[in-house]
Amino acid sequence: MTSEEIKQSVTALFSDVIYDETGEFLNILINASELRPLMELLYSKTEFKFDYLFCLTCIDWKTHLTMVYHLLSKKHRHNIVVKAKIADTNKPEIETVCDIWKTADFHEREVYDLFGVKFLNHPDMRRILLDEDWVGYPLRKNYADENMIKL
Amino acid sequence: MSLLGEDIVTGKGEFVINIGPQHPSTHGVLHLKVWLDGETINKIQPHLGYIHRSIEKMSECLSYRNFIYVTSRMDYLSAHINNQACALAVEKGLQIEATPRGRVIRLLMAELTRLQSHLLWWGCTGLDLGAVTPFFYAFREREAIMDIMDETCGARLTMNYCVPGGVMYDVHPNFQKRVKDIIVQLRSRFDEYDQLLTGNVIFEQRTKGVGYLSPEDAVSYGCTGATARGSGVSCDIRKWFPYDGYENVQFNEILGKTGDCYDRYMVRMAEMKESVNIIEQLINNIPEGDFQAKTKMVLKLAKGEYYQRVETARGELGVYIVSDGAASPYRIKYRSPNFSNLSALEVMAKGAKIGDLVAIMSTIDLVIPDVDR
Repeated sequence: MTSEEIKQSVTALFSDVIYDETGEFLNILINASELRPLMELLYSKTEFKFDYLFCLTCIDWKTHLTMVYHLLSKKHRHNIVVKAKIADTNKPEIETVCDIWKTADFHEREVYDLFGVKFLNHPDMRRILLDEDWVGYPLRKNYADENMIKL
Repeated sequence: MSLLGEDIVTGKGEFVINIGPQHPSTHGVLHLKVWLDGETINKIQPHLGYIHRSIEKMSECLSYRNFIYVTSRMDYLSAHINNQACALAVEKGLQIEATPRGRVIRLLMAELTRLQSHLLWWGCTGLDLGAVTPFFYAFREREAIMDIMDETCGARLTMNYCVPGGVMYDVHPNFQKRVKDIIVQLRSRFDEYDQLLTGNVIFEQRTKGVGYLSPEDAVSYGCTGATARGSGVSCDIRKWFPYDGYENVQFNEILGKTGDCYDRYMVRMAEMKESVNIIEQLINNIPEGDFQAKTKMVLKLAKGEYYQRVETARGELGVYIVSDGAASPYRIKYRSPNFSNLSALEVMAKGAKIGDLVAIMSTIDLVIPDVDR
């Protein structure tokens, strides 16, 4: 499927989406509350069949957080990037996608560990890299550590 | 009975043991918590982070020239390919391309890196399964490759040879001759490797039918590299999204059939031969010219996002750069192959015997610094 066809199919079902085609991939910007239905559609619909989640991460924009999901279809060989905006930086929450793509399990735990985004309905929401009693989320831009030196 | 406040015998009669973080077969500081019913593994849970250095945070504080060197410390056996991924991502942002000579040198070094990594893996797999001899045979060829790297860029492991625009220095005058020698040497040794380990009855019994990974699970868990290709999933980035001129060389993507340890082993063994083929095609055709494109002293990427994926010796490495126009990246994410490959351990090891866990781990080819980053 080309980007235009993907856009048409998504727009038919979701009205409140913004597209961004400036980069390498087609980006779909969506609100965090609508992430789950969109992801289920992208995975299950045979024309899309995005079966491989190759990168899952988060960006801290200071005013809000953005979850970034890079998807690839092994069958159709098309890529897409889904971005979900989380407005609340103090208590960020979003639905998990780890029951759709199992790789999201570890990656979401990593995001929880380093950004503090809580994934709802995740079966095992613990820190993955840092200690359980670590204070703060290191990859957040407001993270402060007295031992940190800016180069 | 309890250990650190946790039961070591569960209500179901399962015995909970910890393997690692200091255990020879985990190839680094990996800690596995295993729930055992007799000798059978019921559940397995990796505990990570013993050597987490926050390489992503470090990279965000460094300039676009300097952050490349930090990535050598992720997957240290594919250090050059990690550097290459970063250099390519920065080149994407700068909208420049490496010089033809630089690109070919990069490819040659990348394939030599893949060879030495697979050789080390082959030796260690033998060692894990009780065969000590292969280790010495593997290191004989690996040392010769390491010497070439040493001569080319002054480092054996963390090479730091790639820079945006090409490579840091030109190759040594001896480079072509030494690479040709090692190709001839390797070609004659592959049969020897097969005789030593591949056809061995004990080795076959310990790997065949062990650690099965279905193609569906391989994709769902995000497995890449030989781990996924052993299950017959096509995922070679060199074929899917060619970079640095892989589209101009002839090689095959090796796919397994059954998805057990033996197939993953066979895929890697065949991949070594393919790497030798690639080197053979390129070594006499290194273009003349500059090895490095001219770039500015301080690199600044245009505002935007850049994603570059490459095939390391272990699978797909993704470098995701978010730039806000400054001299250092706003956000960097390394999608490391081992992190995803390790997450599939729970399905591979479930139902296996505790002794098979060693075989499964060694055929995933784990490098722990790449998992923890």
